[in-house]
Amino acid sequence: MEKLLADDREPILWDYLVIGGGVVGSAIARELSRYMGRQGQGQGQGPGVSGGPFPLSFNPALKIGVLEKNPDVCCETSGRNTAVIHGGFAYDTGSLKARFCVEGNRGMTKLAEDLDFRFIRTGKVLIGNTDADMASLKRTMAQGERNGVEGLRLMDGEELHRRVPSVNGKFAMWSPNSGIVDPFMYTIALAENAAMNGVRYFLNTGVTAAAFDTAEKVYRVTTNRGVFRSRWVINSAGLSCGQVSDMLGLTGYRVVFSKDHYIILDQRCGADVPLPLYTVPSNTYMGIHVTPTVDGNVLVGPDAEEFPDLPLSGDGSGPLYDVPQRNIDFLAEDASILWPHIHKKDYIRTYCGILPKWTDENGVIQDFRIEIRDDIAPQAVNLVGIESPGLTCAVPIARHVVSMIREREPLEERPDFNGRRKGIRRFADMTDTERAEAIRRDPDYGELVCRCERVSRAEILQAIRNPLGVETMTGIKYRTRSMMGRCQGGYCQMRVEQMLEEEKHRSETEILYSRPGSQVLFGKVREAGGETARPCAPAGTGASCPSEVRQ
Amino acid sequence: MNRDINAREADVLIIGGGPAGLAAAVRLWDSGVRSLMILEREKQLGGILRQCIHDGFGLTRFGTTLSGPEYARRFIDEVEKRGIPCLTNAAVIDIRPLTPEDSGTGGPLLKSVTAATRDGLRKWRAKAVVLAMGCRERTRGALAIPGERPAGVFTAGVAQAYMNLYNRMPAREAVILGSGDIGMIMARRLTLEGAHVQAVFEVLPYPSGLPRNIEQCLNDYHIPLHLSHTVTAIHGGARLTGVTVSEVDSRMKPIPGTEKDCPCDTLILSVGLIPENELSLDAGVKLDGRTRGAEVDEFFQTSVPGVFSAGNVLHVHDLVDFVSLEAEALAGSCAAYLSGGLPECALNILTDRSVNHTVPMRISGARDVSLSLRPSRPFRDCRLTAVQNGREIASKSMKKAIPAEMIHLEIPAARLAGEGDITVSIVAQEGERGGN
Repeated sequence: MEKLLADDREPILWDYLVIGGGVVGSAIARELSRYMGRQGQGQGQGPGVSGGPFPLSFNPALKIGVLEKNPDVCCETSGRNTAVIHGGFAYDTGSLKARFCVEGNRGMTKLAEDLDFRFIRTGKVLIGNTDADMASLKRTMAQGERNGVEGLRLMDGEELHRRVPSVNGKFAMWSPNSGIVDPFMYTIALAENAAMNGVRYFLNTGVTAAAFDTAEKVYRVTTNRGVFRSRWVINSAGLSCGQVSDMLGLTGYRVVFSKDHYIILDQRCGADVPLPLYTVPSNTYMGIHVTPTVDGNVLVGPDAEEFPDLPLSGDGSGPLYDVPQRNIDFLAEDASILWPHIHKKDYIRTYCGILPKWTDENGVIQDFRIEIRDDIAPQAVNLVGIESPGLTCAVPIARHVVSMIREREPLEERPDFNGRRKGIRRFADMTDTERAEAIRRDPDYGELVCRCERVSRAEILQAIRNPLGVETMTGIKYRTRSMMGRCQGGYCQMRVEQMLEEEKHRSETEILYSRPGSQVLFGKVREAGGETARPCAPAGTGASCPSEVRQ
Repeated sequence: MNRDINAREADVLIIGGGPAGLAAAVRLWDSGVRSLMILEREKQLGGILRQCIHDGFGLTRFGTTLSGPEYARRFIDEVEKRGIPCLTNAAVIDIRPLTPEDSGTGGPLLKSVTAATRDGLRKWRAKAVVLAMGCRERTRGALAIPGERPAGVFTAGVAQAYMNLYNRMPAREAVILGSGDIGMIMARRLTLEGAHVQAVFEVLPYPSGLPRNIEQCLNDYHIPLHLSHTVTAIHGGARLTGVTVSEVDSRMKPIPGTEKDCPCDTLILSVGLIPENELSLDAGVKLDGRTRGAEVDEFFQTSVPGVFSAGNVLHVHDLVDFVSLEAEALAGSCAAYLSGGLPECALNILTDRSVNHTVPMRISGARDVSLSLRPSRPFRDCRLTAVQNGREIASKSMKKAIPAEMIHLEIPAARLAGEGDITVSIVAQEGERGGN
């Protein structure tokens, strides 16, 4: 696969190159893959890819590529957020954020069904205590109604505590359509479905320059892996949206970065938090939320620290996703006012995400910017400041982008587009009858690799053979939940590492944790006569190692 | 579902084929219990001992020093000699007490146990279940160590598994946080295999591990141990590039201005073990907040009748020898349970602040009992006492008592009154103070 990409990227003229394979970039790529150009418009047959368990095929008419600088599609903002599907009441009436959020929320049930990722319409409460809170809730409710949000109503303390006995608060606004999603699998599902429909993903491929050849009417996009030629480019670079925008000549966007920190609590806490608990937002401060995840964990956060420039890790490997002590302390303390059950013994992990926010010169946060500037950067769609509620809005944004392109060139729907995708079947989600059946068909389902999240060998193998070609430890983690539970990989990470070595034919020094350079191991402890010395045969070594019964 | 006709029957199912499960199985067999089965999720028996290739095991139990695999082998041999059935590569996913209706017996309620194996989902109905699942390591996330999330942060047990089971080298330049025994053992192991271990940092003012490990794993290799220090930041976006270490005050809060950067590529955590009781909780077993293991009586019976618990799943031990002894004691009780039931345990064992916890937490008063306990901090020249109704019923003078070493106290039945809780405490005989 690697060889094929390296050889054919130069001669190919791409129709659409999407820069950034996050939730929005992948939604755009998938949306584009619904279409074919008018006859003669596309560049003819691309090379085919054969083999593999997934039905990969090249779009016969349009060549669509996604350039992603990370080794996976949900490494930055798409995978690092609260994972809430918003209702749409919090945004200015008439804004793209409001419009797309309401549309995205309405379509989420079907999207989740089509793409087989977990979405739960939990509803959400905004909890208040004072007269000022009540006034604020009424304003929010009115704005929500203007935005077309359905079902908003006030809830008294009694009803609030009936729904969430463990929360503090006197009253609340109830938003029945809000929900929670698995942000990793949502993004991955969009990307995989795009790939199924012919979109090519180039991972570890970062864009350094883009120049429009006015004679040829083609962009030359320079990356660390060579130059791509494309008729169109789409900037959905998320955190790098400002840089890519500058490359396209669309200068002057002021993008600031909001660094959000979170604590993850044990699944034992999940039963007490059936839906996202938010405080009434004030003008200056959103308040710390307490939010369940689709897996039954609880998220505490985010706080929000604003940076004028993207904070970078000291080793130059990418954004700085550290969680400092003061933020951990603040999160626990502040959220305890709302939900007084945050105990250090339940901490599983902390994490951090960064949102790119487009602001005016006074620092006021602006709407999403989605533009085609035919005068400055023709054949380029520029997306700036795609932050929250980007997760909710991804597909409506993608439709909007495609409609803007269709105003400039005709696109016809493909009859063979397949908008459905099946994810990995999880042992943990099956009934015992289903488990027995799954093991009968594939004994690997009977071998549990991850004990906390009950992930079988079969699921890990399917994840390793993912259609995007991701092979990092976190890539397997996001796809299966192995290493995500309360022991954080204490039991399973060696097994996953070894399966990656075996399946991908990599040496131990080539296995990465997440980013380029995130080497997990430094080599073998001992080399024994050219053979690997293994004092004890580790688990997960072979294809067949049946259960041993002696009776 | 619970009346699954395919469910097999057994008197006792042992969940876990590590040191506790193996010792319990052998003793149960020798007590005449023949309908039993060990369920082990790994491909081999032996549990965590498989990766503990250092020596020092068996001094109490066998009077000789053995490596972990050797210690395990002695028990596995006994299991094999008797032909005790065991199913490896079988992960138990559910344990639950059946209703009287599903149980279908006049006697004690049966327990249903479900395990995933490559040959299918297996179900049993058992009269008794022995919980012997061991423990897991506390992680970076559980401590909420601030900083970035690079590769190169491992718990000591993970680093040990990579090296000793998978022949993979996880470190070149390492810092170790926590002076737990596995951390110190890994300091030596890494050094022997060519890595450099800068130092071990311990947040407490005294070491968490055994004195012999400080001597043999750190001092012998000139690896410094810094007490009252902790890691306050982790650096590196890809692989670890370094950690920041700070001194802490008496309340274990980092002291501003004492930060020191230690460039390194690996941070090994040896910051505590947690009994692995997720299956127990699902079975309805009540846990103790301090041990995070089951609340048990002197028969090692949990709050669910017929469900027993011993070894590191009950409370974390420092020596495997005591795990074996505890599991053997459990086996005796379990056999008695099968042949007619166990007496009621109405006397509670309480502790004051000097004692972290005891096991068991309830006793019958009908027979002599040995309590296992840990002091909550170090003591020198101290006296351990058990008091019932204002009367001292057992005591022990000690030169020193440290949290790293489990203490045993014999409670003679002859001295016990039929009613009244028993309080266990440690009093320093002169000038009560900590320090090692």
